[in-house]
Amino acid sequence: MTNLIEIRGVTHAYRTKTGPLQVLDDLTISVPEGEFCAVVGPSGCGKSTLTRLVAGLMKPDTGAVWLHGERVTSPRKTVGMAFQNPVMLEWRTILENVMLPLEIVAPRMPRADREARALHLLEMVGLMGFEGKRPSQLSGGMRQRASLCRAIVHKPDVLIMDEPFGALDAFTREDLWQTMRDLRAAEPFTCVLITHDLRESVFLGDQVIVLSGRPARLQYVLNVDLPADRSIDVLFTPEATDMLHLLRDQIRIAQGREAH
Amino acid sequence: MSRTQQILVPFAAILAFLGLWEIIVWVNGWPNYKMASPSDLGPAFWKYRAMFLEMGWQTLWRTVAGLALAVAFGTFLGMLMGFSALARAALYPLLVGFNAIPKATLVPVIALLFIGQHDFNTVLMAFLISFFPIAVSVGIGLSTLEPEYRDILRALGASRLTIFRKIALPKTLPEFFGALKVSVTLAFIGTNLVEIVSPHGRGLGALFKSGETNGDYPLMFGVLIALAFLGIVLYYGVVVLERVFAGWAERPQH
Repeated sequence: MTNLIEIRGVTHAYRTKTGPLQVLDDLTISVPEGEFCAVVGPSGCGKSTLTRLVAGLMKPDTGAVWLHGERVTSPRKTVGMAFQNPVMLEWRTILENVMLPLEIVAPRMPRADREARALHLLEMVGLMGFEGKRPSQLSGGMRQRASLCRAIVHKPDVLIMDEPFGALDAFTREDLWQTMRDLRAAEPFTCVLITHDLRESVFLGDQVIVLSGRPARLQYVLNVDLPADRSIDVLFTPEATDMLHLLRDQIRIAQGREAH
Repeated sequence: MSRTQQILVPFAAILAFLGLWEIIVWVNGWPNYKMASPSDLGPAFWKYRAMFLEMGWQTLWRTVAGLALAVAFGTFLGMLMGFSALARAALYPLLVGFNAIPKATLVPVIALLFIGQHDFNTVLMAFLISFFPIAVSVGIGLSTLEPEYRDILRALGASRLTIFRKIALPKTLPEFFGALKVSVTLAFIGTNLVEIVSPHGRGLGALFKSGETNGDYPLMFGVLIALAFLGIVLYYGVVVLERVFAGWAERPQH
């Protein structure tokens, strides 16, 4: 199987008033096509920088990101993004928000087709009947669902998510994990998920990548050997608990503390 | 508040204000040449109705013309300052300094520069006095756009123009209309400044001046009321535009 995302030897530093701040150090990650890659690490270690590099919004100082064997030098239409902030455009209805990427990526697509595609996704995430509402009329969890629809409406190869569930309460978050799982089963995309939640990384990920503290190096790769159609209950199995303990220890090491 | 209340309450407040004014003048026994009372205004309006219509129209179109220029130029400056930190650093001190100058001091300068161009001078002053709030608010609206808003389109390879049209511009509209409400009243002040100060002027300002020259207090107060009326009309014109173009920013009241 080919690797859809190849991050090879990426090093990056920001210029700051007190000198260069190195955030990524010789980072190499591969994500095979269709896989779900969860990235965890101490806060401030450069995870968001990683998403911007994969999206082509920034160029690394050294090393390179490759998508489909092509070097990423600028943004491309085959990428979808979702953030912790759902970034809903308040002057548009939910349906119009979801259709936004199609206006850029497929400007010739007939409006009826765009609507059909957006409505199909809204139905999948349980937002049928809310398409005509304004974002301000929806709850945070519902806005985030709409944001996920918008991220994949143009059928991207790669979905990049930067802590999309971070601001939600625990139950809503678990609901959205399951929504994400269902979307993945229905839509073929390769996914990079930045998260602080180890349970989330194990529930959604095919591999979990632990980054070290800043500057971020690849510290540990965990292959999540759980069935694809997981239910939340899987998190309470001994296998999952072992994985969570292992990840917990790795995070401690990444934070510069002793492992248990 | 019910719909009828929304209409009746402002009218009741205006009537109460006029009533209070009438009472104060009556209690103090002020004659007409000291302080006009609301009951003097009706006859004054009637007597000079043709003048009021003509001069009112002149003041109105000049104000709106100046305001239109201010919107175009202010939005342009705001875009410059919103997108470029360099432009922001260069323009801000200049703008603030210019805004701090009392515009009355500019009237003789403009009058000398463009002698006799009364319409032009008036429109220019309305423009000069009112573009600042628009430039600042558009600039701030654009420069404080959260990076994620830009990134959702930039990640798809959208051009800067597309991002501006689809995201930055509509997102700045509430701030823009807030500034426009301030600018509307400022533009009025600018128009009248020139109309009052420059000799042989036209418009309501000139009518006020002629009332003063002839000691016709009811006429002077009539002009003030007419100005207030025009101000209210323009202000609510902006409110209507705001409802149409930025009504989404108004959250339902619970």
